[in-house]
Amino acid sequence: MTVKLMQGNDAIGWGAIAAGCRFYAGYPITPSTEVAEILSRELPKVGGKFIQMEDEIASMAAIIGARVGGLKSMTATSGPGFSLMQENIGYAAMTEIPCVVVNVQRLGPSTGQPTAASQGDVMQARWGSHGDHPMIALSPTSVRQSFDLTVKAFDLSEKYRTPVILLADEIVGHMREPVELPDFKTIKVFEHKVTETPATYKGFRNTPEGVPPLAAFGTGYRYHITGLFHNEDGFPTQNLSEIDPWLERVNTKLEKHIDDITMLEEDFQDGAKVAFLSYGASARTARHAMKIARAQGKKVDLLTLYTIWPFPEKQVEALGELVDWIIVPEMNLGQLAYEVERMVGRKKVRRVGLANGEMVTPQMVLDAMES
Amino acid sequence: MDKTLLEAHTLESEEALIPQENWFERSETLQKLNKKKKFPTIWCSGCGIGVVMGALIRAIDHLGLDNDKVALVAGIGCTARMPGYLDFNTLHTTHGRALAFATGLKIARPDLEVIAIMGDGDALAIGGNHFIHAARRNLGITALVVNNAIYGMTGGQYSPTTPLGGIATTSPYGNVEPPFPICDLAIAAGATYVARSSVYHALELDKFLAEAIAKNGFSVVEAVSYCHTTFGRLNKLGTAADMMRALKDNTIAKSALERLTPEEQAANTKIVRGKFIDIERPQYTQVYSDLIVRVQEVSHEQEND
Repeated sequence: MTVKLMQGNDAIGWGAIAAGCRFYAGYPITPSTEVAEILSRELPKVGGKFIQMEDEIASMAAIIGARVGGLKSMTATSGPGFSLMQENIGYAAMTEIPCVVVNVQRLGPSTGQPTAASQGDVMQARWGSHGDHPMIALSPTSVRQSFDLTVKAFDLSEKYRTPVILLADEIVGHMREPVELPDFKTIKVFEHKVTETPATYKGFRNTPEGVPPLAAFGTGYRYHITGLFHNEDGFPTQNLSEIDPWLERVNTKLEKHIDDITMLEEDFQDGAKVAFLSYGASARTARHAMKIARAQGKKVDLLTLYTIWPFPEKQVEALGELVDWIIVPEMNLGQLAYEVERMVGRKKVRRVGLANGEMVTPQMVLDAMES
Repeated sequence: MDKTLLEAHTLESEEALIPQENWFERSETLQKLNKKKKFPTIWCSGCGIGVVMGALIRAIDHLGLDNDKVALVAGIGCTARMPGYLDFNTLHTTHGRALAFATGLKIARPDLEVIAIMGDGDALAIGGNHFIHAARRNLGITALVVNNAIYGMTGGQYSPTTPLGGIATTSPYGNVEPPFPICDLAIAAGATYVARSSVYHALELDKFLAEAIAKNGFSVVEAVSYCHTTFGRLNKLGTAADMMRALKDNTIAKSALERLTPEEQAANTKIVRGKFIDIERPQYTQVYSDLIVRVQEVSHEQEND
């Protein structure tokens, strides 16, 4: 493959194609629209289907419907559209239908600033839909990683039968970098294999590993799917002896495979007493600040999270044992910092948050280190 | 079935689709449905939705469709519970979104007969946007709208089809909003098959549903029903049987209406039953399949250049 100049949103589109996504439904919204544009052009070439729906609610519904029909599917949006999708994201979590939702975050609340960057949807990605449910969210820091994490999003979504949020941001989405994409033929994504016969198949069986294989509609496995609490057959139930095992299985299925889901990068120095912890575009700020600090002879640990949800509790807790301070730069008023505080205590965390559309600067991180 | 009921009104169609005796035992499809049934249903005794479910079963049976090739997609509400009792590929989704889910499913699997089952609130209030856009695209989906003119499951709030002046729990002084004419809306939005009947005219529903499912395009069947538990009680319309009888008295077949004088037609206040449109337009999934072929030919040529 040759080196190409592309933006993060292009890389997300190519990642989807490479991962075997063959259905995209979306609604135009800045700063995510390039994802739709590239897929409207590329999907038919590989036999896939693209549709521009009447709104984001319909887009989310359509991608779930398409996956029920057997096609790997994705949508892309930004803040206001992401808010509209929440009910059906919960439906995908409840019914365990895999799908990938790209949120190229922009400044909010409300219409906010469509072309300004933000990381303001961190908590919404986890808790935006009502009720307790598992959730995976990944956050890329570069153009190449936008490709890789899109592929990973499909893999995890299929493997764990859960919606996966690709929590990108305007900076990485619109940033152009030279990248060399891998040969798509080498890319492997989890595929469901149903070995049971239709007579014994249960779409929501409480298996020990927590993820029963998913049969597509129209393949001879006729069954019921509902957003109501349901039994192993998929039929609505109000029976606690059926609801409780479901709750246990679905709300622990990610925990059971946490090491497979958690992606992060540790760049630690022996004896460092300060750590920078960040993600997405702000991770680039943190890395820059780390380089300056180390050039000045100061010891700094750097922890970059690629998996935001489930939150990498174990690793952040361990970092809290190593250092006195953890500085968390992010383009919001301290959303991921809440989670860091939960693991290491409020007194160890310094928030460096901006929610005005500007990127946190390395100097702001360095200043926090001195204060 | 009560023979006097059948003879008591003018059917839009002369021929009934189903054998009128022992139809249940004679149908392999119905035997299969019987095996997985989840009865009793959640519907109140006397509800019209069960009649619609029967009509749907008979229509599918008449067409001889393979259960594996039929997908029922529903939203939320009394009507939307119907798929849960039937042995097909069944998807019970979120309120108002049945057609949006059905859109994804139909595009992913154009070979499936996708039937979206909705109530009036589900299809036209929260789902109104999806309804008109699915019709505009002319997706090969059948939209079955059971119109009981009320939100029944939540206890009787006024809906987009509640008649003017109708009492509902949220219109205690009479409904001030004019109702949507479902069939007119569907035609204006681009549906290629649109028909209306009532739960009193069950055999007519069978026929319209069979035609709608067989149609290669977006088709709408409005099944006029009633809710005796909420709307009937609040408006003192009597029992389920009284409301069923009212559907007999207060509807008129399109063919019968057309035999009247222009003055009589203009003065008609009865609900008109019949097939209002049956036309051909390019169906979305076929158009998109053609697009894929076209695009792949071009990109193949470019690769060879």
